[in-house]
Amino acid sequence: MIDPGARPLPWRSATIVAIAAVTARVKNFRLRVAFDRPMLAGQHVDVRLTAPDGYQAQRSYSIASAPNEEGWIDLMIEGLPDGEVSGFFDTVAEVGDTIELRGPIGGSFVWRPEDGGPLLLVGGGSGVVPLLSMLRHRAVRAPDVPALLLYSARDAGEVLARDELLQRARDEAGFDLMLNLTRETGGRRIDAALIAEALERIGRPRHAYLCGSNGFVGHAADLLVDAGLAPATIRTERFGG
Amino acid sequence: MATRGFTGRRPPEATRERLPPGQYLEQDFPVLQIGPNPRIDLDSWSFTLREGSRPLKSWNWEEFSALPRTAWRGDIHCVTKWSKFDTGWEGVSIDDILAAAGISAPTEFLLAEGYDDYTTNVPVADLAGPKAMVATHYEGKPIEPDHGGPARLLVPHLYFWKSAKWVKGLRFTKKDEGGFWELRGYHMYGDPWREQRFTGD
Repeated sequence: MIDPGARPLPWRSATIVAIAAVTARVKNFRLRVAFDRPMLAGQHVDVRLTAPDGYQAQRSYSIASAPNEEGWIDLMIEGLPDGEVSGFFDTVAEVGDTIELRGPIGGSFVWRPEDGGPLLLVGGGSGVVPLLSMLRHRAVRAPDVPALLLYSARDAGEVLARDELLQRARDEAGFDLMLNLTRETGGRRIDAALIAEALERIGRPRHAYLCGSNGFVGHAADLLVDAGLAPATIRTERFGG
Repeated sequence: MATRGFTGRRPPEATRERLPPGQYLEQDFPVLQIGPNPRIDLDSWSFTLREGSRPLKSWNWEEFSALPRTAWRGDIHCVTKWSKFDTGWEGVSIDDILAAAGISAPTEFLLAEGYDDYTTNVPVADLAGPKAMVATHYEGKPIEPDHGGPARLLVPHLYFWKSAKWVKGLRFTKKDEGGFWELRGYHMYGDPWREQRFTGD
């Protein structure tokens, strides 16, 4: 839990130091920013953009990178055609640009190495981003904690960090990956059978983290409760909200 | 400090006047919560007023449904930046709940408690009048589980995390005690017009 006497959370300037394509629609933005408090895996930041006349727009984005001491974070942002802020990132933002950030924010959808496992991560689409932060953190700080990622995406081209996840599944003893591609041959929405398979592979999880669209997360949470998980062990975060 | 190349998409003037700082207008009704929907059976549902741990008054669903009804329509604002205009709610005002219990508020603060063990603090003064209620209906229909049904708190002039979903009671406290999010860096009061999102805002 975060200190209830917490200090104010100031806006900070953050400089884009690298931009890389993740999929056809999603780019990774590495931002140099000096936070005044430690980050936890699973947290998000608020981003603020300011127009010349002072008009401002704010949005929240989950952090994809693991907590580090090096003064940078990664955000993965999908370029939505009508997105006021995501559209800026997609078509305007360049290396060297400065934006404003505040964070890290959120003390519920977070995992710390000492929280242990087994860890069941269930992500839908871009909802995998905060789960990626947890997996990257786990690999460095708690590789002995068993973890399984059940990741549902429309097709292989939309899987974020696909090569990294496949490599982790090959190289990391305690990490298991189940990719569910809903629009490819044999693909389906996640269902009780997929959840049962995940639980058989990982064992009874101590913590489950679910992130994705509202429909995806609600459905997955119901399936996990149906499968007998204690509701208090399930943490949810929804996009589009 | 202007952001290079950002012009923004300003909403129409009439919309901007109704949007608190940092908010944007949302047409859908996003869902935010810390965990799964709790499974609530109306036959065992109850709503309880407590002072500390001491129960003051409790209603079952049938009794609660027989209390005087209040309707409110207006705008709601979520700390995650979306606002939704002209939302219509119906339920039982906190004033009517206290009157039905035959008490006046024993302290100046309370924690709303949910069936999912969520809590959030609200000053009692903010629950007076016809807009603060335990709502059971949204747009004329029973509130769906995703939006906090069968009953949720409605305190629409504060950020919507204060409007606890699946509410099971109000616990009066001697001092202003932080709830779930307030203990995790979110503002103790949460006025959207003063943009009180986080501690110190």
